[in-house]
Amino acid sequence: MKRNILSGVIMFYVDGFRNLSSLGRRLWLIILIKLFVIFILLRLLFFPDFLKSEYNSDKERSEHVLEQLTR
Amino acid sequence: MIENIDLSLVNWSRGQFALTAMYHWLFVPLTLGITFILAIMETIYVRTGDEHWKKVTKFWMTLFGINFAIGVATGIILEFEFGTNWSNYSWFVGDIFGAPLAIEGIMAFFLESTFIAVMFFGWNKVSKKFHLAATWLVAIGANLSALWILVANAWMQHPTGMHFNPDTVRNEMLNFWEVLFSPVAVNKFLHTVTSGFVLASVFVVGISSWFLLRKRELLFAHRSIIVATIFGIMSTLYVIVTGDGSAKKIVQVQPMKLAAMEGLYNGQEGAGLTAIGVISGSKDDPENKNMENFAFRIEIPNFLSYMAYGKSNAFVPGINDLIKGNPERGIMSAGEKIERGRYAREMLREYKKARETNDSTGIQILQAMFTDQNFINDYFRYFGYGFIENIDQLIPNVPLSFYSFHLMVGLGFYFLIFFILFLIYAIRKKLEQRRWILRLALLTIPLAYITSMSGWTLAEMGRQPWVIQDLMPTFAAVSQIDSGTVRITFWLFAAIFTMLLIAEIKIMTTQVKAGPKDGGH
Repeated sequence: MKRNILSGVIMFYVDGFRNLSSLGRRLWLIILIKLFVIFILLRLLFFPDFLKSEYNSDKERSEHVLEQLTR
Repeated sequence: MIENIDLSLVNWSRGQFALTAMYHWLFVPLTLGITFILAIMETIYVRTGDEHWKKVTKFWMTLFGINFAIGVATGIILEFEFGTNWSNYSWFVGDIFGAPLAIEGIMAFFLESTFIAVMFFGWNKVSKKFHLAATWLVAIGANLSALWILVANAWMQHPTGMHFNPDTVRNEMLNFWEVLFSPVAVNKFLHTVTSGFVLASVFVVGISSWFLLRKRELLFAHRSIIVATIFGIMSTLYVIVTGDGSAKKIVQVQPMKLAAMEGLYNGQEGAGLTAIGVISGSKDDPENKNMENFAFRIEIPNFLSYMAYGKSNAFVPGINDLIKGNPERGIMSAGEKIERGRYAREMLREYKKARETNDSTGIQILQAMFTDQNFINDYFRYFGYGFIENIDQLIPNVPLSFYSFHLMVGLGFYFLIFFILFLIYAIRKKLEQRRWILRLALLTIPLAYITSMSGWTLAEMGRQPWVIQDLMPTFAAVSQIDSGTVRITFWLFAAIFTMLLIAEIKIMTTQVKAGPKDGGH
């Protein structure tokens, strides 16, 4: 029973994507390119988490921020 | 502190955040509103069984899909910026910002993505009622997603429900419900989402008017206009009510913002609201005396007092009262707040020294101090003032706050008249003969976006210098990174978002020209 529901849901998505209109395909292409640019290019090259990349522990991070707020 | 800060870095980081937030907001309000308009149209279809309503629903659903696809994930960039450019802020706010954003992410993913799939893939595959339920859930889900980010923003405008832990240097949540149901958060959520409803209604009326101007799809356009104008009237009235609620909260928690948005320098009893005004330059008028700083002004007598306090003779503090203080009115001077903020910062320095020298007694005493309610109320609540070197830093950009507020309010009332006129002409079936109003509807679409942007400009610029009201000034929130990198990513974002905007307009225009199509269930 559970398996039937799961396969039904999967088929629903598979059918939906298979029968996408040309507009739908174009929009999905835009979404995928955008996600690639945002998560791969921007995130990795330009937007590292400053505190995570510079310090190894929460203690070090808190010490850095404490220094910043009290200098 | 200020002399150690690279103002170019601060300004570029602010500019970048503003750019990404404003571009992101180009997509959001249409999604918030059009999903409800779709749900109403589909409800009419399911209840009447009239296939034409399905055609109407599917057309607007396509435009919603384009807007959603182009706009989705553009807000993620803001979260990247928090971690990279605003790390002091991100750390300082702790789990208070993290928790609502995490809930937003989960809700957006599960609610929206699941039911959006049913909306687009489900015609002919699920029952009419199930499909309708999915459409309503997309509308509710999209708006609930907005709730969490607006709660986080409201906390920045009015921090509540937390305490500062000097050991972790973070604000820790004490009461989730106090954060969620803070009056500022409730008003902000209702005001913001309903402003999205207004924008979407204007959008639907504008596009439908284009069809009428072209003498195409007359029934479709007429029906769309009826739904959108009724929804628009109700939403605009609600925006006015929640806007009034927001003003009453602003005067309590951000009185400087209220003074700036009205250009009120000297406080008054029975203060009038400027209906229309042009602020004069203040170079020749350094004191900016209340009545001298407008080149032109039409005032509604006593209305600012009424708007702020519900009493026509109430005293509304001006910028000078808030800076110099007004003991008669119980208003503390900015100088006194700065002294208190400096003391709170000094105690944090003492804590740092105690930690560095392993002075366990000192640590205990200072930790107890930061949990003591008297210290919190008398000193820590002014912590951010301890960073302020020049008192003028405490005054936001008055002309920008003033004009963005008045533009937002003026256009808000214009939309109400616009919707009422449209509804009357639509009911009398006179729209096709009134071509001027159809053309006006097309021109009104960009005005709705300008209004929405003005609201955010006021909310964010009017609260400067604070990133967290009274606790952290914006310049103290930035990470010590290379401002050159911020400049590069600023222009990179400008290019990416402009491309997305062009794609949105181009694809949407093509779909509008193609018009609604039959088919389905």
